[in-house]
Amino acid sequence: MSTATVGDLVSQPYKHGFVTDIETEKIAKGLSEDVVRLISSKKDEPDFLLAFRLRAYRQWLQMEEPNWAALGYPVIDYQNIIYYAAPKQQEKKASLDEVDPKLLETFEKLGIPLSEQKRLSNVAVDAVFDSVSIATTYREKLAEHGVIFCSISEAVKEHPDLIEKYLGTVVPSNDNYFAALNSAVFSDGSFVFIPKGVECPMELSTYFRINSADTGQFERTLIVAEEGASVSYLEGCTAPMFDTNQLHAAVVELVVLDDASIKYSTVQNWYAGDEHGVGGIYNFVTKRGQCRGDRSRISWTQVETGSAITWKYPSCVLQGADSVGEFYSVALTNNRQQADTGTKMIHVGPRTRSTIVSKGISAGHSSNSYRGLVQIGPKAVGAKNYSQCDSMLIGDQAAANTYPYIRSQQPDAAVEHEASTCRISADQLFYLQSRGIGFEEAVSMMVSGFCRDVFNQLPMEFAAEADKLLALKLEGSVG
Amino acid sequence: MIRPDAPLLLEIRDLHARVEDQPILKGVNLTLRAGEIHAVMGRNGSGKSTLSKVLAGHPAYTVTAGSVTYRGADLLELDPEQRARIGLFLGFQYPVEIPGVSNLEFLRVATNARRAERGEEELDTFAFEDLVRERLKVVQMDPAFLERSVNEGFSGGEKKRNEILQMALLEPLVAILDETDSGLDIDALRIVAEGVSQLAGPDNATLLITHYQRLLDLITPDYVHVMAAGRILRTGGKELALELERTGYDWVDQELANLEATSEREPVEVA
Repeated sequence: MSTATVGDLVSQPYKHGFVTDIETEKIAKGLSEDVVRLISSKKDEPDFLLAFRLRAYRQWLQMEEPNWAALGYPVIDYQNIIYYAAPKQQEKKASLDEVDPKLLETFEKLGIPLSEQKRLSNVAVDAVFDSVSIATTYREKLAEHGVIFCSISEAVKEHPDLIEKYLGTVVPSNDNYFAALNSAVFSDGSFVFIPKGVECPMELSTYFRINSADTGQFERTLIVAEEGASVSYLEGCTAPMFDTNQLHAAVVELVVLDDASIKYSTVQNWYAGDEHGVGGIYNFVTKRGQCRGDRSRISWTQVETGSAITWKYPSCVLQGADSVGEFYSVALTNNRQQADTGTKMIHVGPRTRSTIVSKGISAGHSSNSYRGLVQIGPKAVGAKNYSQCDSMLIGDQAAANTYPYIRSQQPDAAVEHEASTCRISADQLFYLQSRGIGFEEAVSMMVSGFCRDVFNQLPMEFAAEADKLLALKLEGSVG
Repeated sequence: MIRPDAPLLLEIRDLHARVEDQPILKGVNLTLRAGEIHAVMGRNGSGKSTLSKVLAGHPAYTVTAGSVTYRGADLLELDPEQRARIGLFLGFQYPVEIPGVSNLEFLRVATNARRAERGEEELDTFAFEDLVRERLKVVQMDPAFLERSVNEGFSGGEKKRNEILQMALLEPLVAILDETDSGLDIDALRIVAEGVSQLAGPDNATLLITHYQRLLDLITPDYVHVMAAGRILRTGGKELALELERTGYDWVDQELANLEATSEREPVEVA
């Protein structure tokens, strides 16, 4: 007889938990103005950037860690974290053949082949290992179209004007505690620039890998789409299994001008800690996009399966007239994971529209909260929002919460909110089983069905991967 | 159709089962051979539905004694999905709704699981659509129901038709239909009954669990069993159902009281 329970299904071993044994250059633990200067000098940065970092650091010192989220975790000791770690290798390599084979191997193991022969077709990848970007594929091909896709460190050197013009303009350094911290110490991340009228010829993707146990990862991503440009971008992330927690505080900024669009997808699979909640990534992320231009569009799609703690609200500021913001999210929590995630749709311009579809799946003893703000400003005549928040509970020990905030200063706006909660019941499982469908496949069918609206939004290459990832996370957990 | 030499499909021997601490089945004996249609009748709480769920392997029920042999193999050893794959089918009294799971995809996965067990090749979406459209005729079902989520928003009658459609696709050797007639209007009942009759053949057996004669007016059973207090109290031909219809269940209570008074005797067999 089957002894599997819905509870067991979610507790599948994490498959990306290995550590790469590679010599790493690390600075001493702790954070101070000197550390900020050290990071900046290691990266040989222009003065404006050091000034940006120092201003952020000073602002951070004045700020307090937010405590309004439905999350519980021990106090983070910011002096016990290493703020810069890089695998030892000279200068970024001109050719991949010169990259340390151990690093290439690591990414290959993660399913991200970087070598010329094995590359994912039609997906350009920037691979970030701890604090630095080690390789970016298809750069030349993209350059032919005028598309810039490189690590943010390289962009600082090669396109300082663009960085100075856009960095910190969507998420100001004093936006919140974690954004300020990131602005002070960010190490690497990706930079994308799509010039006027260009439709990016391939999917762009950044793969973040944390490797060191005591290092924080503070990546910074900036994507700019000029008038009429469009791009689809995907980020993926994994980390080894450690019994300590690693801090990940990223900032992502998107800028979209007239008639341009950015589709930003995330498949987040950081290590989530074990079944007792030991270890795992603390994920405090600020993601925001600004629809500056008329008829511009930003679409966030996220599949959040990892991290011990998730604090993340990818948002859209809809400034341009007729601009559109979308947020599609699946957040799965299991064991002792806690997620407080959602979005903000800030309607500024007239006839701006936004759609929010959030699917939370809670299993084990986890807690999964949706927190979302829909704000309609006084000038947003004819603004429209539609929000749908669905929760699925697996087992009887998990929690799901929904915190929708709606603020409208525009009587003409239309705001709709729908919410539902369901549970995978033993009777539903038995029904599927009694038709010859195995227990795990039955759970997976129900979970994918629940998430379909969101998975449909993912780029084709990744939709199947997301489906598999969820099935994997749930394997052994129902009953 | 009764053929004494027909192969044995299902043999239930002295089956006892409980849910939580409550004993429900207290020694059920029943034999199904190929080609036979059996009806199990009885009041609410007599254990009819429990019998069907125990046979299908519902995890809430624990078998405490007895055996069930399906084509020579120990059925109780198997997971519910394995029982289905080898040809046992339970038509639910209350088919559950499964939002988000496409009915068509569900039917395809289920059909392929059964086909794989029989050594047949898997059907791709196109081949399966052809098959399902043909089988829809058995229950006169609107193909629009294929596009919806499993049973979601279906009326009672539509849910039951969907059950019979599944039976038509899975081609079971033993089909147990748990109160398939409940909640159906006359037209839906006729369609469902015609579907079941169409699917009943010389190689399979059908076990109808029902309260009422009206289903048996449309499907003539070879055997009628009356169940009470977790046992089969009497077995007869189709005339037993008619007798029940005429006299009600009061005599069952009487017989049961007598039985209990005279201790743990075996149930009376009336051929």
